[in-house]
Amino acid sequence: MKAETLARLQAERAAQRPVVLLTRLSDGAQHLWPQEALPAALAEAARQALGSEKSTTVALDGETWFVHPHNPPLRIIVVGAVHIAQAMAPMAAPLGFEMIVVDPRRAFATAERLPGFTLRTDWPDEAMAALKPDARSAVVTLTHDPKLDDPALDAALRSPAFYIGALGSRRTHAKRVARLKELGHDDDAIARIHAPVGLDIAAVTAPEIALSVMAEIVAARRGAALGQPRPVPAAAEPRVSIGISA
Amino acid sequence: MSHDTTQPEDILGLAAAWKAQGEQVAIATVVETWGSSPRPAGSRLAVTASGRLAGSVSGGCIEGAVADAAKQAMATGTPQLLDFGVSDERAWEVGLSCGGRVKVFVEPLT
Repeated sequence: MKAETLARLQAERAAQRPVVLLTRLSDGAQHLWPQEALPAALAEAARQALGSEKSTTVALDGETWFVHPHNPPLRIIVVGAVHIAQAMAPMAAPLGFEMIVVDPRRAFATAERLPGFTLRTDWPDEAMAALKPDARSAVVTLTHDPKLDDPALDAALRSPAFYIGALGSRRTHAKRVARLKELGHDDDAIARIHAPVGLDIAAVTAPEIALSVMAEIVAARRGAALGQPRPVPAAAEPRVSIGISA
Repeated sequence: MSHDTTQPEDILGLAAAWKAQGEQVAIATVVETWGSSPRPAGSRLAVTASGRLAGSVSGGCIEGAVADAAKQAMATGTPQLLDFGVSDERAWEVGLSCGGRVKVFVEPLT
């Protein structure tokens, strides 16, 4: 690889633009797409590789090309700069995620609590409007406060986010479901929410809950059965709660 | 920084940094796999002539042979396409114990 090609590839990645590196295996000649014009067959293979996020080889005129996509990182938008968010933060980058934390409560959203992470202190509805979650985004609400969680979930349900999770017990979630229905979301939409959030590993501590949430996001991202949302609970019935659940 | 879905570390960034330090650098990339190969296509290993290694192209079974080929590629300035498989004597030597087959493209950073 020429140092110049490497520098251009790294510049595209740093700017979070999708880029595909194409290498002719007979001699190592290389191109970047879509930054360079390419024969239609190569451009199409590059486009498909970005979509599938899988490297592939393609034959053209007796030559084999290696087609290597580099997508921008997936995003996790976390509402609530709480202890669990702090525990999720160091796991995000190694798992291939950029983590953005939203919390208008300035006591929580401080650089000291989340050094090096993108913090937003605007209200979740404004933050979600600015962040525009896409199909490569996960949204997780952790505040337990409907004033903060509900607007974020409302926006997430109107987005193609690949994962939506909400912290709170089954009982809390049943009440939340009722509120989201009032906002016009039907059962199919609400079924996208993973609640209680995270894989059931009987997590107790903040790092354990963070691990369960990150594992569930990875499962959803990789298409594992464990990443499927669970059924929407029935309407809340008053009863005595004897346990504490996440 | 973006990532390539197969590898969390920024191997290319490391390769560029090593080059900037005056090292001779080669990059090895898995380009095709068959069977139960341990690392998917796109996985990268950066190697220096001085022996630094980062990333992986297998579970550790062929990295040594790939590093040797990388040193050749750095010396000649020519890329190489390596094929490791169960039917390959070289794979037997270096032990691709998973029984899969993998093609690795090795290129000097010039």
